[in-house]
Amino acid sequence: MKNFNGEILFLDRADINTDEIIPARYLTEITKEALKPYLLEDLKFDGFDPAKDIAGKQVIITQSNFGCGSSREHAPWALEVNGINLVIGESFARIFRQNMFNCGMMAVALSKEEIDRLFAEFSGSPATLETDFANNRFTIKGNNREADIGFSISGFDRALVEAGGWVDYADVNY
Amino acid sequence: MGKTVAEKIFDAHFVDNPCEDIFVIRLDAVFCHEITTPVAINDLVSRGKDRVFDPAKIKAVIDHVTPAKDSKTALQGKIVRDWARRNNIKDFFDVGRNGVCHAIFPEKGFVRPGYTIIMGDSHTCTHGAFGAFAAGVGTTDLEVGILKGVCAFQYPQTLKINITGKLPPGVFAKDVILSVIGRLGVNGATNKVIEFAGPVIENMSMEARMTLCNMAIEAGGTCGICYPDQTTVDYLWPFISGEYASKEAALAAFEAFCPDPDAVYADEMTLDVSDLSPQVTYGYKPDTVRPVSEMEGTPVDQVYIGSCTNGRLEDLRVAAAVLKGNRIRDSLRGIVSPATPDIFTKALDEGIIKIFMDAGFCVTNPTCGACLGMSNGVLAEGEVCASTTNRNFFGRMGKGGMVHLMSPATAAATALAGHITNSTLYSA
Repeated sequence: MKNFNGEILFLDRADINTDEIIPARYLTEITKEALKPYLLEDLKFDGFDPAKDIAGKQVIITQSNFGCGSSREHAPWALEVNGINLVIGESFARIFRQNMFNCGMMAVALSKEEIDRLFAEFSGSPATLETDFANNRFTIKGNNREADIGFSISGFDRALVEAGGWVDYADVNY
Repeated sequence: MGKTVAEKIFDAHFVDNPCEDIFVIRLDAVFCHEITTPVAINDLVSRGKDRVFDPAKIKAVIDHVTPAKDSKTALQGKIVRDWARRNNIKDFFDVGRNGVCHAIFPEKGFVRPGYTIIMGDSHTCTHGAFGAFAAGVGTTDLEVGILKGVCAFQYPQTLKINITGKLPPGVFAKDVILSVIGRLGVNGATNKVIEFAGPVIENMSMEARMTLCNMAIEAGGTCGICYPDQTTVDYLWPFISGEYASKEAALAAFEAFCPDPDAVYADEMTLDVSDLSPQVTYGYKPDTVRPVSEMEGTPVDQVYIGSCTNGRLEDLRVAAAVLKGNRIRDSLRGIVSPATPDIFTKALDEGIIKIFMDAGFCVTNPTCGACLGMSNGVLAEGEVCASTTNRNFFGRMGKGGMVHLMSPATAAATALAGHITNSTLYSA
């Protein structure tokens, strides 16, 4: 199973699309590793600088409809090669969400209230997240606080994470 | 309980229900292009599973960057080409025979009512225009599709959109879908199939229906679906005349994939288009839509006519009617890319290409290149493009560039005026 713990990168914007996660000009690469320097290169908003803010982060917390637009799996790959295997948001575009679990990664939706709370209490200062996969819980620490939040993923998503992705799951089952 | 189109198709393709509402379905076709397929091919090779579930059900094309622009894109093409050869994939469209995937595959008769289709491309939803379930997927889903001929989806929920009234002159499928996306928002149909129904759709050509369904994904939709009817049968007849005794028989078979009268929908909406005017996007999301009249005068640096949304013959005819006998402004560049070689040939025969060239347009070979800023018309930082494509994300057609989405008629009128404007061709 992949690592789902680590420092949090807060991306305070809705509708972050896969062109912003990895621009099409880098889709000529045929290895995942080659995408590493370009993650979120075209994402522009106040308070985010891809050159400074990505290094060392292993979890993303964001708003709604993350990963909309192009189906490119280069988006999860660019996250993966940067050590980010978990994105938490209010909602996800269907293809991106499926691509994450297909790669044995996780895209976990929390309620708007929970997302708002995490942004209010933890963004702006260093924070870390720990995943208790067996018990469906996240523990977030930072800003002299701690939060314990339950999450739910489908049995299928869980099986994909445990199998290491859809290719391995399908190979056994179909 | 009655079923929607997608429910009927899912039930006819059932393989497994591993848990909850997840259904694994059998695939009738797996479409491939050179941007999202090479990593799947390389992974299959490294796993010692370099094979395909059924070479006749796999269709492949080089379309995103073609002819190759550099060594990297040449290698992507080569990986797909070599793979198609060694796996006996006959329907592979190489340079010279290639076109934009969502234009060339329907044109070759590869899409039928009731089919299940995946492709590593979000605009695969286009093929729902034929009454098929067609969904964009990532490379991993594609890889499993290639190897096993199956894919997993949530059992579909459907949003039914009734398009009523009568389209005014100068208002096209593109304006309808932009208006729909403006109302739904970019995630208004996430995890849902959209059925487009009503008299306006019934009167649309297959080309227009493809334009409509093409942008279902821009509202987050899994697939856009139109009901198979006489128009569908007429379009497909050259490919199916050996399979059905008559067009009536084909129609009867296809109508099995129309929804039941008591089908249950997650949501329904009705849009009367009688008063709709041409639409254009103003921001960096496809739901930032307003009437062209409100954007009148916005200067542009480039006009692009093409893509899987609006690069078909009908689109080129409309644009040529606006351009005929006129020159585009010197202040901008015009680029047109007929979406397939067949469209290009017909546009030549009809004199459409000459109209574009006389107007000062650059005519490129069929390719997706400009739409996603990969080749054949990339914008410079700060430039603005009036485009018949489907995405206006910041930097989509070139880093730091802006895109305004619109119909071919509006794009052609904009090229003549030098700024965003409505075509006067259709004014009363």
